[in-house]
Amino acid sequence: MLCDVTAPVADEASALMEICVAEAEKRNGRNTVNMQETFTVYLVETRPMDAVAEGRNPAPDSLWRRYSEFELLRNYLLVTYPYIVVPPLPEKRAEFVWHKLSADNMDPDFVERRRIGLENFLLRVASHPVLSNDKILHHFLTEEHGWKEVVYETGFQAKADSRLRALSATFRVRNPDKRFMEMKHYSDELQSHTSQLLRARVRVADRLYGVYKVHGNYGRVFSEWSAVEKEMGDGLQSAGHHMDAFAASIDDILEEEEHYADQLKEYLFYAEALSAFCFGRAVCRKHELTQFELEMASQDLVSKKQQHEEIATGIVRTFSFKGMTNKLFGQEAPEQREARLKLLEELIAEGEETVKEKTVECEEHVDRAWVDMQRFKEQKDKDLREALINYAVMQISMCKKGTQMWSNAKDCFLKM
Amino acid sequence: MSGQTVPADFSGHMLDLDEDDDLEVFSKNPSLAGGGPMPNSPSSMVNQYRLEEEEEQQEANARDLFITVDDPESHVTAVETFVMYRVATKTTRSQFDSSEYEVHRRYQDFLWLRSKLEENHPTLIVHPLPEKFVMKGMVERFNNDFIETRRRALQRFLSKVSLHPVLSHSHHLEVFLTAQDLLPYKKQGPGFLSRLGETVRAVASSVRGLKSRPEEFSLMKEYVEDFSIKISSVDKVTQRIIKEQREYLDELKQYNPTYAQWAESEGELAEPLNGVASCVERCSKETDEQIQHLSSVLVPALHDYVLCAETLKLQDEVDSLADRVELANNALKGDWTRWQDGMRADLKSAFLSTAEKNVEYYEQCLAVWESFLLSQRVEPGEQRDGEDAS
Repeated sequence: MLCDVTAPVADEASALMEICVAEAEKRNGRNTVNMQETFTVYLVETRPMDAVAEGRNPAPDSLWRRYSEFELLRNYLLVTYPYIVVPPLPEKRAEFVWHKLSADNMDPDFVERRRIGLENFLLRVASHPVLSNDKILHHFLTEEHGWKEVVYETGFQAKADSRLRALSATFRVRNPDKRFMEMKHYSDELQSHTSQLLRARVRVADRLYGVYKVHGNYGRVFSEWSAVEKEMGDGLQSAGHHMDAFAASIDDILEEEEHYADQLKEYLFYAEALSAFCFGRAVCRKHELTQFELEMASQDLVSKKQQHEEIATGIVRTFSFKGMTNKLFGQEAPEQREARLKLLEELIAEGEETVKEKTVECEEHVDRAWVDMQRFKEQKDKDLREALINYAVMQISMCKKGTQMWSNAKDCFLKM
Repeated sequence: MSGQTVPADFSGHMLDLDEDDDLEVFSKNPSLAGGGPMPNSPSSMVNQYRLEEEEEQQEANARDLFITVDDPESHVTAVETFVMYRVATKTTRSQFDSSEYEVHRRYQDFLWLRSKLEENHPTLIVHPLPEKFVMKGMVERFNNDFIETRRRALQRFLSKVSLHPVLSHSHHLEVFLTAQDLLPYKKQGPGFLSRLGETVRAVASSVRGLKSRPEEFSLMKEYVEDFSIKISSVDKVTQRIIKEQREYLDELKQYNPTYAQWAESEGELAEPLNGVASCVERCSKETDEQIQHLSSVLVPALHDYVLCAETLKLQDEVDSLADRVELANNALKGDWTRWQDGMRADLKSAFLSTAEKNVEYYEQCLAVWESFLLSQRVEPGEQRDGEDAS
């Protein structure tokens, strides 16, 4: 199966690669508790693009990956690039399913749609200006065995833990970044709107299915009736066949519409990821530095400055234990006072430097995150507009089929 | 995926058409006593008779009796409430004194007319009237839909009668169309002529003795039974389609707002989202019209013939009870052929109209979506890499 979209993936030699999730297969194996399980693996194929461009057609490198490995890759990327909106994976389990469609993970249609979703994920990651350079991604595409160990060795899970801790500290942050909170609000709305749309679409699909299928009864009855009639028989009989065809046509129509639903779902999941991302960005920076830490550093600086002032002027403005003890246990000697002032001044200078540094770092990360979000927004507008156009094309196709079938039926009725 | 056979799990949509869940009550024919005056050479009249596709398309010069039923009005008295219909007649027939008449009749009066026609022409097929009541799901006898449906059925009845070579010359029809007050006529018992007819028949039967039933009538009886079942099935399927369409329409109406609401929180994407919302809304309107059409064209036509079939079954009982003279046999046979042709024409016309409406529905929806594509500056033909819908 050839891909019709290529994406540049830069490896160390800066060669671009063509990526494709070509096939899916069932495997049997043993899971972590040594129980038999059946799972699906997907064939990931890559080819260097320059070879393709030159007209050579080398066999693609290929390896098999299962869904959980894609999940691992994504989690790694999430932790490692907290200022990037990481593309979503297709759903783990089928949701928003209209009643005739299977919710079974092993169902061939589900597997096929998941294959497409996984391919989209890889293509998006590989075409991202930042993510495409990642070594772990490159290993994922080229090293079938031992890849998992390499990922674990990066220690990203520990970073994930510290991020979680940082996130849990967010309630102490007093000034969450407004821009990111606004974007989070937007992504919450996007989630809500896409899921409402998906639910409504499912109900419409169910009803439309009913309308088409009931026409199958005409087929049966016309056929029986035609046996009783002399002059009308032929016309009725052939009209009945067209009614059967009409009833059968809805299956393909709705199967195709699932692809549209998948495109919307992709952005539902993107919105979920974005919401978490914005929340993180609003309250928390790179995992080594949290805004919390920044604020603590700033608060620390402020309190040191206050202390300095108190010592210098002798006026106690705010309650401090040290101040109290001084009062209780008597004033300190002037030399001690001088030493403390000097130390404080040094600490303040250091603190100011730290805050300055960390502010700059913060702003850099904020800028990068903001850039990535703009990129996401543009991509979303483009992708979803395309999805809506595809939907219109599907509707047109359905209308053409309907016109055809009822014209045929009309011709049969004319013969009655 | 596309096959002609229907898999078992679609049973929810395949109707059990043997089960009679309609509890409609139709007006039963009053007892038919005695014969009527002998028709004037009915066979010659049958030969003169021409088939028409649609009553409204009948050429003016072949039809000399036009009847309309309209303007329903509620009348309230101390005792009852009922609806009066205006019955307007235009005619060039010499049997009528004037060329135009206007009277007011209620449903009861139509019942009277039909019973008289059947009484006097037991060998002929008289078109049915709409039911007296509909038991299931009918709450208000006077709601507008019910009255309109009834009005149309009453008009169809009179139209059919007016086209019948024999029945249209009935004295009772003339009275019905012209008398300002029907009451005096209703009070009459079976007339002198009908009593005469009874005597003639009795004599004839004693002369000929028992007649073996002609084969044609066995066939007719069989056909009537089969037809009755099939036409009821088609009627049921059609009703079910309307039900499913209505539910589909309800969901569509909730679907397009999801696009519009989403558009409110979007920038560039708002325009295509609103475009899709508008398309879905317009398709909803087309669906609504499609449902209206089914209800007003196909359903009444099918329903008439469901009633017809019931009438014919009873008719047949009458035939088997009465011994008839040769003339009567021919009259019925001629009328039977006429009826069959009429049935074929009526149902063909109704199915054709339905198919045409459906084609129109899909064409309109297609235009709606194509204009959306154009608004997105996309050529409708180009999107699918040359792939064409069948």
